Amino acid sequence: MSEFDLIIVGAGPAGMSAAATAAQGGLNVLLLDEQPQAGGQIYRNVGVNRSSRNWLGKDYASGRRFVDALDHANITTQFGATVWRLENGPRLVWSQNGVSTVSAAPHVLLAGGAQERPVPFPGWTLPGVMTAGSAQILMKTSGMLPKDAVLAGSGPLLYLIAAQMIDAGCPPKALVETQTTRMLFGAMLHLPRALFSAPTLVKGLSLIRKIQAAGVRRFKGAAQFEAQAEDNGAISFSFTHKGRRETLSTNLLLTHQGVIPSTHMSRSAGIAHVWNEAQVAFQPVAGVWGNTNVAGLHVAGESAGIGGAETAAASGELAALNILYQIGRISADARTQRAATARGALFRSRAIRPFLDAAYAPPPEILSPADETIVCRCEEVTASDIRQGISEGVSGHRQIKTSLRTGMGPCQGRMCDATVRGILSANTLQDPNMIPAPRARTPIKPVTLGELAAMAPKQKETA
Amino acid sequence: MNIASRFQTPPEDGEPVQFTFDGELVTAPIGTSLAAALLSHSGDASRETATGAGRSAFCMMGVCFDCLVEVDGTPNTQACMTLVRDGMVVKRQIGLRGLTGGNDV
Amino acid sequence: MSAKHSEITIIGGGVVGLSVAMGLLQAGRRVCVLDGADSDARASQGNFGLVWGQGKGWNFAPYAKWTGEALAAWPEFSAKLTDLSGIDVALDQSGGFEFFTDADEMDEFAGMLAGQQSHIGNRFSHEVLSADDLHRQIDGIGEDVVGATFSKFDGHVNPLRFLRALRLSVQALGGTVKTNAQVTSVDPVTNGGFDLTLANGDTFGAEKVLLCAGLGAMKLAADLGFRTKIRPQRGELLITEKLRDRLPFISSTIRQVDEGGVQIGGTKADAGMDDSETLDVMAGLARHAVQVFPALADVRVIRAWGALRVMSPDGYPVYAQSNEHLGAYLVTCHSGVTLASLHASVLTDWIEDTSAAPDLEAFDEHRFTLSNAA
Repeated sequence: MSEFDLIIVGAGPAGMSAAATAAQGGLNVLLLDEQPQAGGQIYRNVGVNRSSRNWLGKDYASGRRFVDALDHANITTQFGATVWRLENGPRLVWSQNGVSTVSAAPHVLLAGGAQERPVPFPGWTLPGVMTAGSAQILMKTSGMLPKDAVLAGSGPLLYLIAAQMIDAGCPPKALVETQTTRMLFGAMLHLPRALFSAPTLVKGLSLIRKIQAAGVRRFKGAAQFEAQAEDNGAISFSFTHKGRRETLSTNLLLTHQGVIPSTHMSRSAGIAHVWNEAQVAFQPVAGVWGNTNVAGLHVAGESAGIGGAETAAASGELAALNILYQIGRISADARTQRAATARGALFRSRAIRPFLDAAYAPPPEILSPADETIVCRCEEVTASDIRQGISEGVSGHRQIKTSLRTGMGPCQGRMCDATVRGILSANTLQDPNMIPAPRARTPIKPVTLGELAAMAPKQKETA
Repeated sequence: MNIASRFQTPPEDGEPVQFTFDGELVTAPIGTSLAAALLSHSGDASRETATGAGRSAFCMMGVCFDCLVEVDGTPNTQACMTLVRDGMVVKRQIGLRGLTGGNDV
Repeated sequence: MSAKHSEITIIGGGVVGLSVAMGLLQAGRRVCVLDGADSDARASQGNFGLVWGQGKGWNFAPYAKWTGEALAAWPEFSAKLTDLSGIDVALDQSGGFEFFTDADEMDEFAGMLAGQQSHIGNRFSHEVLSADDLHRQIDGIGEDVVGATFSKFDGHVNPLRFLRALRLSVQALGGTVKTNAQVTSVDPVTNGGFDLTLANGDTFGAEKVLLCAGLGAMKLAADLGFRTKIRPQRGELLITEKLRDRLPFISSTIRQVDEGGVQIGGTKADAGMDDSETLDVMAGLARHAVQVFPALADVRVIRAWGALRVMSPDGYPVYAQSNEHLGAYLVTCHSGVTLASLHASVLTDWIEDTSAAPDLEAFDEHRFTLSNAA
């Protein structure tokens, strides 16, 4: 018998709300997260920051309630804990301080969150080019403020970070936005539905007003990004705007094109995945409760599909309710009743997604970038290399990988899979929707041979 | 090249921790990730790839593996997933890692 | 003759199919290679890259000889690949070790090598090294290692660059490689030749058809009357992050790819078509690596995987021509990398039935019929 009823991977809004719901329902919960504290990326360090760093805003500060709810006798938390394998059972193997442990429970909830979509263009690997999210993490965890930064790309998070920078007294030098007026008009047909998320819309508009009021230069409909290093280490950032080539010199270029689900864990576990065309990303196939095709595995939060913090929290609660039901702690009726609030929240928070997905869709040149762009940062493979490989007759993720080494470095494809797919889609005769997600294998994150060897069965080896 | 930090780091509460980066003394508040401390210290590359290209921390959340440095003799350590410790010896990761720890071990 | 008609069609675009194609193209034939889906079993994408003789054919002289010839033919083959494709496959035939942590296993294997030696004389040579010998020869070998065997003929290539070089060489020689071309049926035509149908409904005509698709060829082979029953055998492998330092040895279970990563493997399991990696085996491989070379302990594993070996009932290659349908051939083997140098050269003479054809009678599939009858 396992000492836990439920293991949750990821202590973001989904994992934290699921943990609280399950624990309050009487389940013993093990909550694992790679980071040193609960919060996930969106509420990162919120339990430590408390009332300091107010410029991060009220929405951020509200994440404290999730962290506080983890203080429950039924919840065991392990931080700095990296899950590197999932297997039938379900069992999972996780590493902490160089030692791996196998944990089993009747139920596992995967709530590993999202990562920023890679934004490849020539020069995106230079020191001084970072993701906008990474700057926000530095603001949340260390109070570090970007100096005269240029924000480039598109998406709601870009505006949020700009507003936080303004409130913190270090406004961005410029906002270089790839979305076009036409995209915004195209998104308008989703606006009636988005009105169900009216508060979110209002917040978004207030962010944009704040940016305008602060006098931040905005370049809309920008394209053809390129970064070069100047002699003093500054970044010379060029892009095309209204038919003209513009160049900005900046210490820090922060890029963003939305977030995509982190699916290494769910893919390696054998959960079915589907291509979400609107969000231009793979996501696990899951039922309304986050239930999947693999026995004992639920998914919730951003790793199950992008929807924002409120969606994540609601989906975590729904998964926990379903697990309580499956274990026999609550009846089907109770599950339905108690799910009503979360379902409502889910509906409202998701209503704005089609609008956001359409208005801030990643441009084709980011999905399938210019030839000289490094696509695989680990192995330094360019877009041109990949196109060459395709012309030689390799026909899928796996053959591109084995032919060119994309995704063979330590990030295991996290920084290039999306772009390899984009290039494949743009250069294939097949229906791009039919290109399956690349296979993810163990270890989900690298682990040392010594740590792995320590897990070998005691009997004489037969290898 | 000595490039100033690309961030301004207001004075923080929290006990200061001291470590060395390629021999230079660096101070950061306890609880800071090594990647944050390095970015606060300098705007320069914290590693070089196999082809000699400079890289520094990029995603800050354990995904991209561009913040790899050598920590206390262990090469290819993710600086963004490591908290600073007093007396830590940190070195730039230059090219591929060696077999038994780092550049001159 | 339609554009979709080739003189020789090879089903299977892995190491075996492409090697055979390269040989036939060099003999002046028009060749089309049909390669399947990205998600097919593809032993050629999961293998270990050994160009290896130790233990091969210790109790089956034809295989020992065939392997010995393959090793000898590799330098010329590798040079040709570089000429044609511009790719250096990093052939290194500086000799290879088999490490042992169990004295009995080592004695048993040394006995097998003696058998192999007796079959092929100077095509093979080996040494048996005690733990002391080994520690004197190589710095850093672990204390648990009780000894090793060594053959100066053994070595390896970069298996993935090799596959790419083969594909490019075939294309450079004027061959066609068609991707996403899953053949669903091969139908003999009454007045000679074959009609091939693909999963997408396309059809192809060919005068000769060679089945080189490993596990993927089995249904088609049975349809054409071949009797060989191929089975998958799972091997699990690990690959580490790249190292600047070079490992001071090549072995059949631990080898360093020229790019720097260390590949660890050598396990065998019957798991059907399941190519998953399993925790116990991964951990066993890691322990083996750390036992043999303890300095690897802090090196990170980037990926583990299972790959399916293509095994005939006795483990030896099958080179068979259909009696019922003239012009249909089955070429299948494990060790497709080692044997590639012959598949791309003298095997052509066998297919073409020239006077230079090697005697491959021992590898015909009637050996299975005989043993079944017995």
